Amino acid sequence: MTLEITTARPESALLDLPWSTPLEEWPESHLAALPRGISRHVVRFVKLGPRVLAVKEIKDDIADREYAMLRNLRRLDVPSVEPFGVVHGRTTADGEPLDACLITRHLQFSLPYRALYSQNLRPDTAVRLMDALAVLLVRLHLEGFWWGDVSLSNTLFRRDAGAFAAYLVDAETGELHARLSNGQREHDLDIARVNIAGELMDLAAGGFLEEHADPFEVSASVIERYHTLWDALTGTERFEVGDRWRVDERIRRLNELGFDVDELSMTTDIGGTEIVITPKVVDAGHHSRRLLRLTGLDVGENQARRLLNDLDAYAAATDRQGDDEEIVAHDWLAKIYEPVTRAVPRELTGRLEPAEIFHEVLEHRWYMSERAGHDTPIEDALRDYVATVLPAKPEEKAVLGVDTEEMPVISRFD
Amino acid sequence: MAFGAGMGHDDEACSPGQAHLYNGSSGTFLPVKEGKEAMATVTFDNATRQYPGNPIPSVDKLNIEIADGEFLVLVGPSGCGKSTSLRMLAGLEEVNGGRILIGDRDVTNLSPKDRDVAMVFQNYALYPHMTVADNMGFALKIAGVDKAEIRKRVEEAAKILDLTPYLDRKPKALSGGQRQRVAMGRAIVRSPQVFLMDEPLSNLDAKLRVQTRTQIASLQRRLGVTTVYVTHDQVEAMTMGDRVAVLKDGILQQCDSPRRMYDHPANVFVAGFIGSPAMNLMEVPVTDGGVDLHGHTVPVAREDLANVGKNVTLGVRPEDLELSSDQSGIPVTVDVVEELGADAYIYGSTEQKLLEATGENAGAVPFIARVDGRRPPEKGDKIYLKPKSGHVHVFNAESGLRVGD
Repeated sequence: MTLEITTARPESALLDLPWSTPLEEWPESHLAALPRGISRHVVRFVKLGPRVLAVKEIKDDIADREYAMLRNLRRLDVPSVEPFGVVHGRTTADGEPLDACLITRHLQFSLPYRALYSQNLRPDTAVRLMDALAVLLVRLHLEGFWWGDVSLSNTLFRRDAGAFAAYLVDAETGELHARLSNGQREHDLDIARVNIAGELMDLAAGGFLEEHADPFEVSASVIERYHTLWDALTGTERFEVGDRWRVDERIRRLNELGFDVDELSMTTDIGGTEIVITPKVVDAGHHSRRLLRLTGLDVGENQARRLLNDLDAYAAATDRQGDDEEIVAHDWLAKIYEPVTRAVPRELTGRLEPAEIFHEVLEHRWYMSERAGHDTPIEDALRDYVATVLPAKPEEKAVLGVDTEEMPVISRFD
Repeated sequence: MAFGAGMGHDDEACSPGQAHLYNGSSGTFLPVKEGKEAMATVTFDNATRQYPGNPIPSVDKLNIEIADGEFLVLVGPSGCGKSTSLRMLAGLEEVNGGRILIGDRDVTNLSPKDRDVAMVFQNYALYPHMTVADNMGFALKIAGVDKAEIRKRVEEAAKILDLTPYLDRKPKALSGGQRQRVAMGRAIVRSPQVFLMDEPLSNLDAKLRVQTRTQIASLQRRLGVTTVYVTHDQVEAMTMGDRVAVLKDGILQQCDSPRRMYDHPANVFVAGFIGSPAMNLMEVPVTDGGVDLHGHTVPVAREDLANVGKNVTLGVRPEDLELSSDQSGIPVTVDVVEELGADAYIYGSTEQKLLEATGENAGAVPFIARVDGRRPPEKGDKIYLKPKSGHVHVFNAESGLRVGD
């Protein structure tokens, strides 16, 4: 049999990986980290030039399906890992056939939940993680994606201006529909409730969970947060014809939640005294899209919100609120944002993403100002932050997992 | 159910009464079901699912009655509506017409979690720091079941799964097969009225598939919980199900015990779909008192052939053929001989003008036959084969429906 590699980015170095060896036995020289994580399949992180790739060994048809699914999700602009390729036709030296491998790119600066929980998570941080997962689930459901295996293990988290943004990692069980029925959404939520509670109970059993954190409450909070957000985004509102300002109010509220309204249905009742509005198409990324348009910076939604606020503050401070927004943004980028992010010493750039560092510098300036009782220039805040705060942070650019068990259930037998 | 009387949805409901019926629990203690007096029958009553913008229903007036404790397998090629039917039962797909009942309860509009059904294997992750007992029972904790009850259910499930000695260990200490049984235990302790399984073996290799298939089937029989199982693999369907329901294009083709399905396929589609290697199907001319196979008359009851026209579709399974000594019967050119010891399979083709009445040439038709393995023909031989008496299936050439019994 011949090796067949399907990839959107042909890379000859892929051929150097030991495809004729079962993934479980790949030599450490190829691995970017020791094998970790709970997975029903064997998963390994490998180094390929400057990149880290995740390789998962699964049945051929499932590999193809998941590869296509991840590509579709990327096309729909849903936060998910980037598919890199599929390798078919693997055989051992003796000619025994091996399962296919699905390759995805490691998401830089992403953190598995186990890594986050192993560093003494503050209770409010835990809440933010769950918020991020609820937002991800809402976004997936809005696109008609039924996940089928919602869990913390199948999600990666990236810091997003003090909060988190969640990314889908595993689409193996997922299905893309034109739209989801309430039954399908409920089913996903039910799976989420059980899986998340199970994962947290496991952390508790391993001594990684703070004592006051109740796995059931935490997993229930994800569902609650999901419902709140879903209702805000899709719920129908009715009001008197005279209260037309409420249409704008609704759109403003959705923008605040980070969503754009692409389509809104408006109907009046027969008498024409009442208006009924229902958002039909909502799109996540309101702030990050605006920032991208103004500055070319591609960052998380909350980071974008933070940066846009600073941009507004800059416009006000330089008395340029009436100027063309794009020109002000360009100046802000050159005079404020870039000097700050470039001032980070090279050896510390792997600690946090640039946008997250910028956010932290702004936070730091606020604390310094409060302590000093007067405004602190951003240059001073930056100097102090780089000297005292950043060096104490762990390296997060390539966190591949913490010490957990490989636990294949079905892929191996007695 | 009258065979050949209709194709699926115009037919009467497919109910377990007429076919082999699994008699429910084999008497195994299964206190898991305690407190659930209601019979967990499942009824699809003209259940229909049509996607918006799709001119044809994905599931069209499905009628199946599943008995309490029965193992029913839905099988068919991709796109036949089998998964959709299962999801309608699970509450994941809207039902646009008809009803679905569990016991006497109309669940058509209930949410998935109010239906008391469990999808098995949708997630079989095990948690490394939790004991086997906790791995099996934690979902009950979420559902608010009290501790003593959880322990009781876990212990009972462990007994059935041969996991009792391991309950207080961590999954790491278990073998692969035991871990898999723990995962099954997670579904069992929920003690649902109905288990639903959607291609649970699809990511296993061939060997594990056979092992696990046997495990699931025997476990289901011990539990006696009504189970609906979806697969595209007819071998899996035939080996596991008490009854098998074959679907095609959203329409139920036949629902019967594996034996009945094999011996009495209701139409040409089922005939060709069930059985491996597949049944040989060919169009042949009708003669007086039967059908003609190149000078060899296969007798068919006169009344059955009264209204079928000039030709019928004849089906013969590879194992229902014997070598003819007089050059009558189906002429087959042997391409490959697969020797399996006692038997040998002949893979060849028949070039006979089977439709001599119309002068139409059917061309080369692939043909498979099982012959005596001690004296098999050789590659390139031309042989003649006759169906064993009483082992032919006759179908209406137009409608594809079975003729006679």
